[in-house]
Amino acid sequence: MSGKLAGMSAIAGRFASLRDRGEKALVPFVTGGDPPIEHLPMILRTLESGGADLIEVGLPFSDPIADGPTIQASSQRSLDRGTRLEDIFEAVAKASVGVPVIYMGYTNVALRRGFGRFAKGARESGAAGALLSDLTPEEAGDWQAAAKEAGLDTVFLVAPTSTNARIELACGATTGFVYCVSRTGVTGAENRVPADVRETVARVKRHTSLPVCVGFGISQPEHVRMVCEVADGAVVGSHLVNLLAETWREGSGREKLQEAVAGLKAASRI
Amino acid sequence: MPSAPRTQGRFGLYGGRYVPETLVPALDELTQAFHEAWNDPAFRAELEGHHRKTIGRPTPLTYLPRISDETGLRVYAKREDLCHGGAHKLNNAIGQMLLAMRMGKTRIIAETGAGQHGVATATVCAMFGLKCVVYMGEDDIKRQELNVFRMRLLGAEVRPVGSGTKTLKDATNEAMRDWVTNVGDTHYIVGSCVGPHPYPFIVREFQKVVGEETREQILAEENRLPDALLACVGGGSNAIGFFYPFLEDKAVRLIGAEAGGEGLATGRHAAPLCEGTPGVLHGAYSYLMQDDEGQVIPTHSISAGLDYPGVGPEHSSLKDSGRAEYHAVTDEEALDAFMWLSRSEGIIPAFEPAHAFALLKKLPFDADSLLIINLSGRGDKDMETASRVLEL
Ligand SMILES: Cc1ncc(COP(=O)(O)O)c(C=O)c1O
Repeated sequence: MSGKLAGMSAIAGRFASLRDRGEKALVPFVTGGDPPIEHLPMILRTLESGGADLIEVGLPFSDPIADGPTIQASSQRSLDRGTRLEDIFEAVAKASVGVPVIYMGYTNVALRRGFGRFAKGARESGAAGALLSDLTPEEAGDWQAAAKEAGLDTVFLVAPTSTNARIELACGATTGFVYCVSRTGVTGAENRVPADVRETVARVKRHTSLPVCVGFGISQPEHVRMVCEVADGAVVGSHLVNLLAETWREGSGREKLQEAVAGLKAASRI
Repeated sequence: MPSAPRTQGRFGLYGGRYVPETLVPALDELTQAFHEAWNDPAFRAELEGHHRKTIGRPTPLTYLPRISDETGLRVYAKREDLCHGGAHKLNNAIGQMLLAMRMGKTRIIAETGAGQHGVATATVCAMFGLKCVVYMGEDDIKRQELNVFRMRLLGAEVRPVGSGTKTLKDATNEAMRDWVTNVGDTHYIVGSCVGPHPYPFIVREFQKVVGEETREQILAEENRLPDALLACVGGGSNAIGFFYPFLEDKAVRLIGAEAGGEGLATGRHAAPLCEGTPGVLHGAYSYLMQDDEGQVIPTHSISAGLDYPGVGPEHSSLKDSGRAEYHAVTDEEALDAFMWLSRSEGIIPAFEPAHAFALLKKLPFDADSLLIINLSGRGDKDMETASRVLEL
């Protein structure tokens, strides 16, 4: 990092340089350990070379209440293979990609290890931030302290149902980017993104100067384009998880993933 | 031990609210609706009317002469099996339904294990004319067939859940996902004192009528408080409703029976208070059956209603403080007690409260101790399984 980016976190630096280039962020999500964990470094590098600006790595949990069938099944496959948290940390460290990595998981996986040890391990793996889907700002005091101590950025969710007071709270607890959920619902690829996401993003933007990314249900370049008109980035999860499950084993799996990411990325250059 | 933040809805360290952001406004709305209703004499009067005329309360406190003789104890049963629907579950379902109506919700969802909570929810939906969807694990659908039919007969849609362990835990996951998706018009009637704040609190308040009646009834019968109360603990709603009015009566022992399945040593059980560690599942911090990685461990119990890896946060707090004690009862011991109560007293209990009865033989009590067991439900739903495992 050089010049004006010095001293910024990796996430802040990334959004600053995207802004300079007049681009928005494409943020792919993949489940750690599905396909098998030894593939994760290659998957992350492929996402990067396809044009990912940040990458979310899912930490599987046995009871993912915020996830739809695709990520549920993917998490379960990963757990059935015996993937451990440490394996995911090691694979991310090994991949050593140049874009910021953010872990996305559930409270119990972090709490079981202890928030402090979890945050330290995540940071040491090279990740820039973490998001716990079922941890609201009210419950997050210890987590925020642990993340700060480890030098890990926090990401919190806002939803269409969030009141302005809650948006304020989430923005106040966030140091990385604010994750705006596109709809009331769980994760899963959809055919359309609800139009009122614009309004939610606009509400969030009134409360913060932090970057705002939109996720849940985004699967096509036109979704990315629509979201990037108002937000600073788009998260694409289930669609890529499906693609990996269907094609990664084939000889052409890497090209297919790279192509898909490149197509989505192109839509984020407005 | 991981530290947990202390915010709203805590019982000591336990409870709280660990949910996707989307649900928080609905939980706030529910909290407020409950407090307004609970302070509204008209709501109380309406609920009490349903206690008498719908559920059939007060339920009797029955002395069990033959079991008392055999054990050298004085044993009573609180007859929640005589509630409309066959279990204590209706106490909570009616209360939450009245709240849902106050909040203007038009669709009801629920999770169920044994099917008793599903039947109770389907019952109140039929009474109030609301659409009802009940999530139930595929394994539970098989072992509680009768209740599945009852729910359908009452007009509810039973949605089978085939993910994970295919039991109550995964039915609860699916119900939470439905609620996240349909939170605008839907109220989720949680069936036990589990889940995010305010559920553990609300469910206890709706179930505490069981303990309040028991207290009055035992004073009328025996002119003294009991030496101990015994109840089975799945999520813990029948137990907390039974225990709560006696919490300040320090001389009354509070004893919970968890599902010991094939025995604690085998790992195949559902006894988080006996063998678990604190963690977060379904929105609350509480004792939990989990591995070193924080993954929830599959449970086993012959009783679908107790086959759950978590437990209500108030029980976790009562365990830590020592105010209540929890013991595991195996499938085999529960089946023994199921036969014993049937043949000694002519009462066929559900498998769940049979676990509590088994403690009469398992724990040492002073001679002539005055004990009350919460007979949380009747056994009809378990006939199918019983006829397969018992040779008569
Ligand atoms: C008769 C009966 N007792 C007990 C339970 C367990 O629930 P809880 O521990 O919340 O009372 C059930 C659950 O289905 C039940 O049907």
